[in-house]
Amino acid sequence: MTIDETRAAVHFKPLNVGRWIVWGLFALLLIVAPLWWTSGFALTMLSQMGIAIIACLAYNMILGQGGMLSFGHAVYSGLGSFLAIHTLNLASAGKLSIPVSLVPLVGGLAGLFFAFLLGYVTTKKSGTTFAMITLGVGELVWSMSLMLPEFFGGEGGISGNRVVGNPFLGITFGPQIQVYYLIAVYCYITTAAMFAFTRTPLGRILNAVRDNPERVEFVGYNTQIVRFLAFMASGFFAGIAGGLAAINFELVTGEVVGAHRSGAYLLFVFLGGATFFFGPIIGAILMVIALVLLSEWTKAWLLYLGLVFLFMVMYAPGGFASLIMMNLRVAAFGKLRRLWTSYLALLGTGLTVLVGGAAMVEMTYHLQMNAAMGPDVRFMGVKLDATGLDAWFGAAFTMVLGIVLFEFARRAFRQEWDQTQEEIEKEIKRRESL
Amino acid sequence: MDQVLINILNGISAGLLLFMLSSGLTLIFSMMGVLNFAHTSFYMVGAYLAYSMSQAVGFWPAFLVAPLVVGVMGAVFERYALRKVHKFGHVPELLVTFGLSYVVLEVVKLVWGLSNVPFSPPEVLQGSAFTVMQSSETGLGLMLGAAPKALCVGNDTVKLACSTFPAARFFIMAVAVVMLLFLWLLLTRTRIGLVIQAALTHPEMVEALGHNVPRVLMLVFGSGCALAGLAGVIGGMTFITEPSMAAIVGSIVFVVVVVGGMGSLAGAFVGSLVIGLLQTLPLTVDHSLADAARSLGWAVTPQTFGYPFLKITLSQAAPILPYLLLVLILIFRPKGLLGTRED
Amino acid sequence: MSQQHRPSTKGLALELIDIYKSFGKTEIIRGASLSVAQGERVAIIGPNGAGKSTLFNLISGRFTPTRGEIRLMGQRIDGRKPFDINRRGLARSFQVSNLFTRLSAFENIRCAVLWSMGHRYAFWRFLADLDDVTERVDEVLEMIKLDKKRDHLAMNLTYAEQRALEVGVTIAGGSPVILLDEPTAGMSKSETTRFVRLIREVTEGRTLLTVEHDMGVVFGLADKIAVLVYGEVIAFDTPERVRADARVQEAYLGSVLADQQVASAAA
Repeated sequence: MTIDETRAAVHFKPLNVGRWIVWGLFALLLIVAPLWWTSGFALTMLSQMGIAIIACLAYNMILGQGGMLSFGHAVYSGLGSFLAIHTLNLASAGKLSIPVSLVPLVGGLAGLFFAFLLGYVTTKKSGTTFAMITLGVGELVWSMSLMLPEFFGGEGGISGNRVVGNPFLGITFGPQIQVYYLIAVYCYITTAAMFAFTRTPLGRILNAVRDNPERVEFVGYNTQIVRFLAFMASGFFAGIAGGLAAINFELVTGEVVGAHRSGAYLLFVFLGGATFFFGPIIGAILMVIALVLLSEWTKAWLLYLGLVFLFMVMYAPGGFASLIMMNLRVAAFGKLRRLWTSYLALLGTGLTVLVGGAAMVEMTYHLQMNAAMGPDVRFMGVKLDATGLDAWFGAAFTMVLGIVLFEFARRAFRQEWDQTQEEIEKEIKRRESL
Repeated sequence: MDQVLINILNGISAGLLLFMLSSGLTLIFSMMGVLNFAHTSFYMVGAYLAYSMSQAVGFWPAFLVAPLVVGVMGAVFERYALRKVHKFGHVPELLVTFGLSYVVLEVVKLVWGLSNVPFSPPEVLQGSAFTVMQSSETGLGLMLGAAPKALCVGNDTVKLACSTFPAARFFIMAVAVVMLLFLWLLLTRTRIGLVIQAALTHPEMVEALGHNVPRVLMLVFGSGCALAGLAGVIGGMTFITEPSMAAIVGSIVFVVVVVGGMGSLAGAFVGSLVIGLLQTLPLTVDHSLADAARSLGWAVTPQTFGYPFLKITLSQAAPILPYLLLVLILIFRPKGLLGTRED
Repeated sequence: MSQQHRPSTKGLALELIDIYKSFGKTEIIRGASLSVAQGERVAIIGPNGAGKSTLFNLISGRFTPTRGEIRLMGQRIDGRKPFDINRRGLARSFQVSNLFTRLSAFENIRCAVLWSMGHRYAFWRFLADLDDVTERVDEVLEMIKLDKKRDHLAMNLTYAEQRALEVGVTIAGGSPVILLDEPTAGMSKSETTRFVRLIREVTEGRTLLTVEHDMGVVFGLADKIAVLVYGEVIAFDTPERVRADARVQEAYLGSVLADQQVASAAA
């Protein structure tokens, strides 16, 4: 069950119509989304998603397309944020006349500049060493942010005002909806640009460097320069995301260059799927949902996230995107109907395990963190007495039962899946020989 | 002078603790090609486990048992998680340890709480190992244990100063040196060490010769984690045991390994000492580039270009010095100080 | 071989002048020298462990010689990076197929021609618009008979197809000097015969250096044979004269030839 077999079959030779439809739908979605989900909260989420999409796609330029694992990419989006907010403040003070809509480009140029400066040293090595260097450089910048309050604003960060200058056609960027559409425009353009990049000589050679850096050298390319250029491009787009974030939140603190942010990029791009272009888009949406919603619902969100991530690395290293593509392939051969019952069984038993496990985790967290608030935990609309044996026994029993049933469901699914894949392989071979 | 000596010793003890961590990391990396991102997580677990155990059975049993428990945890993780992603390549292996670090951190916070726990050294290790005394009359002197006040407080004619070296830090150095020797002997003088060295470069051949290579790798990973756990026990009791201890040491350990040279134990040793000293010695220097410039007669004011940089004292800059060293090494000697393998 | 420093002679595609290579204390190549004229086809043979692959690695830039010079069309290339050497006109294949496994056959060849066709690090043009590249890639695919499999991932090709693609990636860039490392390794008799014909076609007009074990291939393909034993070139001449050389017979060829004579006598 590898992703690559999927790729061979799903290598669309799209009629341009197909491509126009996809990009048209994307634009439509961006335009229509806030008209559908109209609450202020939804608008905030959508704005953040737009920014996250740019940042995650930028990160995947080096991870998924270049095979470079970076633990410190927040440096470039973060420094973009800082330069953007300083530019905003200069504009507010009248020292610089620049329209707010161009401020994200300032962020982009900052990201590009620092990717040039730091990237030269970073891309000297590849693989695991590269990863460690990015960690070190990330810590370096983070530590410096604590030492230079003039630029980084110390504890409180740097704040700004996005309503600056004369309104253009009535647009002041005061209301969130206007900021959303600014983000949406940048999101669309940068996504198109990053997609176009994959279709250029540099983009293709970057893929080759990912797959076999040694051979690339033997066909005339200096792999270090290839990786350096990709790194700079990635930094540029990350900086744009940072600039938009500065405008959106009107506040930039040191944590935007920190290890947590970098880790989040890695985690969610991987979760979304690094091997497909649209994977990071899924990852970005998940990232905003997790960071904004999940963290509200439960204190154990980071634990859940870590476990989901572990699970994905072990069983689905291509992320959600690869899962979707695999099932699309099955659907393309008309065999998805057959798997419905298996999927349902998996879902049902999986949920049972989750409910039981989550109940125990929540109760533990409650005992540890909120003990002062009494023994009762609200879990999925039900009150559980965290100190009582009943709740624990119930939760443990649910989880164990779920695990047992899940294992049965999984085996049945595995059989059906393998059989389906075999049939598909046969069909492909049959079509080839025609 | 006494202060300087003690500072150097502090730096060396910090470096040796770093070496305990970086050696385990290097071993695992050399043997398995896996960079264990969760290495310092095992360090943290070792500290916390030892704390809990020492509450129940006292420090010394905890000191012996906690690392073993951590080693077993590491072996279990290798067997059930790491081995599974081995076929996907090195990046997924790194990612699985990355995910583990998140999970371990959360579990530790869950079990032991968010703030630090009062893990302190046992009676015998509290207090000073020895004292260095500086007298304007007799020069430097050394005394075991803590020196009496009379030898430390001077008057107008005789200037006296004392600096103590904590017993706990001395213990770190002792354990680190013993462990290093043990490791070296194990790898070069025993049969299992020979098998490990062979499995490093020719795992299939070694397996064909009848050795259980997966088991050897599990053993190596577990041992590396046990080393980290041991470092955690002594580090946690000497310094502070809190949830962020893994992250704080984590990035430094990686810097050590890159600076020393990936895959080189000797390099890890040299790198650890250098970084240990680099982190400790500058802490006593409260001068900045601006101060230095002023002492040379240049006028440096808040209006001078780059003043925000110039006014940073060396002690304030101490946290970034290892990373600056990393960048410099990468520019001028990318293989690392004693690096052998290019990866 | 001569210890003097010889001035480079024009017209020589490749020169190895007194090459030494040690790994730690082990000396693999000890004073190997070779001069290959332009357009020549040279086969390098020798017992296992003689250093043939090491020699290729030295020439193509994977390793740096401990001592000695390597010249490509008169210019020194020892110590240079692989991409530098490739840009100067030398391309090599690998004994174990070294392809871009997750890219299709078409993409593999395309990656091999992009630099030589001048597109460098361009990110302002679409690959799809580069008609000259597409034409060239299709040409090469036809030459190596993989035009029907152009969209198949390299990892999904058969072994022989992968070896063909390997050669394709090597010659696609148009390098005048080609190094093929055991191109027919692992192939059956019929596959080998077909493959030798393929190699002859695609290396038409170029200088070819190939490491081979199969004597049939060697005698069928090569103008000259270089015999490498213990890191030294002990003979470099036409196949007939090498066959007759007593040192070669003693060191290497004798037993093999005897087997072949017996086999052909029995046939």
